[in-house]
Amino acid sequence: MFSWLEKNPFFFTVAFLVPFSIAGLVEIVPEFAQASRPTEGLKPYSMLETAGRQVYIKDSCNACHSQLVRPFKSETDRYGMYSLSGEYAYDRPFLWGSKRTGPDLHRVGDYRTTDWHENHMWDPESVVPGSIMPAYKHMFSNSVDIDTAYAEAYTQKVVFGMPYDTPNGVALGSYEEAKALIYDEAKAIVADMKNQDVKDALARGEIKEIVALIAYLNSLSNERRVAQ
Amino acid sequence: MQTNPALEYDYSISKLFLYATIVFGIVGLLLGVVIAFQMAIPQLNYLAGEYGTFGRLRPLHTSGIIFGFTLSGIWAGWYYIGQRVLKISYNEYPFLKAIGYIHFWLYIVLMALAVVSLFAGMTTSKEYSELVWPLDLLVVVVWVLWGVSLFGSMGVRREKTLYISLWYFIATFVAIAALFIFNNLQIPTYFVSGYGAWTHSISLYAGTNDALVQWWFGHNAVAFLFTAAIIALIYYFLPKESGQPIFSYKLSLYSFWGMMFVYIWAGGHHLIYSTVPDWMQTMGSVFSVILILPSWGTAINMLLTMKGQWHQLKESPIIKFLVLASTFYMLSTLEGPIQSIKSVNALAHFTDWIPGHVHDGTLGWVGFMIIAACYHMVPRMYKREIYSGKLMEAQFWIQTTGIVLYFSSMWIAGITQGMMWRATDEFGSLAYSFIDTVTVLIPYYMIRAIGGLLYLIGFIMFTYNIIMTIVASKEIDKEPQYATPIAAR
Repeated sequence: MFSWLEKNPFFFTVAFLVPFSIAGLVEIVPEFAQASRPTEGLKPYSMLETAGRQVYIKDSCNACHSQLVRPFKSETDRYGMYSLSGEYAYDRPFLWGSKRTGPDLHRVGDYRTTDWHENHMWDPESVVPGSIMPAYKHMFSNSVDIDTAYAEAYTQKVVFGMPYDTPNGVALGSYEEAKALIYDEAKAIVADMKNQDVKDALARGEIKEIVALIAYLNSLSNERRVAQ
Repeated sequence: MQTNPALEYDYSISKLFLYATIVFGIVGLLLGVVIAFQMAIPQLNYLAGEYGTFGRLRPLHTSGIIFGFTLSGIWAGWYYIGQRVLKISYNEYPFLKAIGYIHFWLYIVLMALAVVSLFAGMTTSKEYSELVWPLDLLVVVVWVLWGVSLFGSMGVRREKTLYISLWYFIATFVAIAALFIFNNLQIPTYFVSGYGAWTHSISLYAGTNDALVQWWFGHNAVAFLFTAAIIALIYYFLPKESGQPIFSYKLSLYSFWGMMFVYIWAGGHHLIYSTVPDWMQTMGSVFSVILILPSWGTAINMLLTMKGQWHQLKESPIIKFLVLASTFYMLSTLEGPIQSIKSVNALAHFTDWIPGHVHDGTLGWVGFMIIAACYHMVPRMYKREIYSGKLMEAQFWIQTTGIVLYFSSMWIAGITQGMMWRATDEFGSLAYSFIDTVTVLIPYYMIRAIGGLLYLIGFIMFTYNIIMTIVASKEIDKEPQYATPIAAR
């Protein structure tokens, strides 16, 4: 049989596809629906959090930070409760990472504050002496892309049925409404910050990347994930 | 494998890919050395403003090496080997020649756009699949062009039986096509909402499912490229350089089909102790261990091909590269399964042991194999002997030293970090804060960076040797049958 296959490229390719396909079908298909279910009370990312997630991805924070607390005591002691599948149900893409050059961030919103993040992103060694993380000062001068954040949230809502605009839930609304919402959120974050340039920028109508990133990091918390 | 004297092979496309291999090799390795030094000396993050941080450069390094250096090397090999094992010449088929040229130039356009977009921070965040959706479409076009070349060449072949290298080329082509498409299914947000950047998209899958699809891709597409396509090269170049027939046809048959079934299962070993169902993690773990068999089957087939001919190892630097490549393949395919055992993975996952493992595979196996392939092809394509054997010897030892420094430092770093993360004091409280587990690694990061630098220096020596071979070496009137002629031993 093999010597025949080796003379027929087409059938060789077909023969290859059979053993190749089995694993993918068995591993991915059966539990696909089950793995898509959110935990009860999980809230969608707000406009500012969505924008912050885009900043996180743009600068590849996931190259050095994981978002996956494994079910070991040494990890739950350090980071908080182990991660649940349903907590990721709105994460497109997932951001588990594959390397912990820095600590895990899946529950960072439970134990760090806006003020801590502001100091840390400006000068990591000011709060973590010996840190090898670079400073991200450009996040204090680059502005977020509000339109693309809206585009992402809107796509999540209409294509994937993310529960925006439910009673007592996270609002999105029309483009104009979403824009008003993101400024309100930014004001709340900036009120806890001390960088004058960021405050001045917001007064001019510009939301700096750092504001959105902090909102996103704060959202990695029980407050967003558990029914209140 | 007798050669048909009437057939004049056309190497113009292979030569273009050879140049690309060298350029991407230097750029990709240089980026790797920079980010390695950044981990030891964080101030190096500020060389180019926001465009020079570790986060921005890391996808450029991985893409530059995987899709630049490695793919170029594989395609230089294909456009050289394909004609020879199929007994055709592109001179006879202008269509295939044109496809080859379009394939090359579109690929270069794609890589240029990839570099610009990744520097700009345009990324999907999915490892080894970072490019934004318009570039993904271009990837598909480039890949299809290779398919046309591959199957088109087979369609007009004179040699009826497909040589082993072609099995692996077919497998690489089909597997990566399927994996790439499924992993990159995404919704462009501009076309749904009418707002924002038109290049932005979000994954079709969410959370745990996205992770599953990503590592089904990440393990199999990238590792497939680093495994199947590189095996295609060694199955051709080792017998051609040594003059020895492949040790066992049956072993190659068993290794090929065994690997094609087992390989894909192993993707689950990237997700051990994650939130994917437990049985999948176990399957990933078990099949990773089984994978030792077909992997070692290939490596042993290569080493036994040298049976009774081990004196060649002393005489030929090219044989040195080929044999050490097989040996590193054995090391890497034993190490990977060890890391996939659940209890070992609990320690090793998220640590520097993982990049250590990747690099003994890529630097030792992939890098050395492509370097050996170039040293074999260049004298035959340009009809000149290799410029300097002494330089090759020096390059070999410098690069080997670099690899050993790299993986040994990362073994120590990874295991140290894993042990410190879980260490507790006599009351059961964590013994170390996270930053303690970072600062302790800095000496090892420095050793690793120096190892990488040595490898880069060796690669520059290789580049110099190749250029001098092409422009200044002694011409040869007749193609050598086996061992490549090398000057200045």
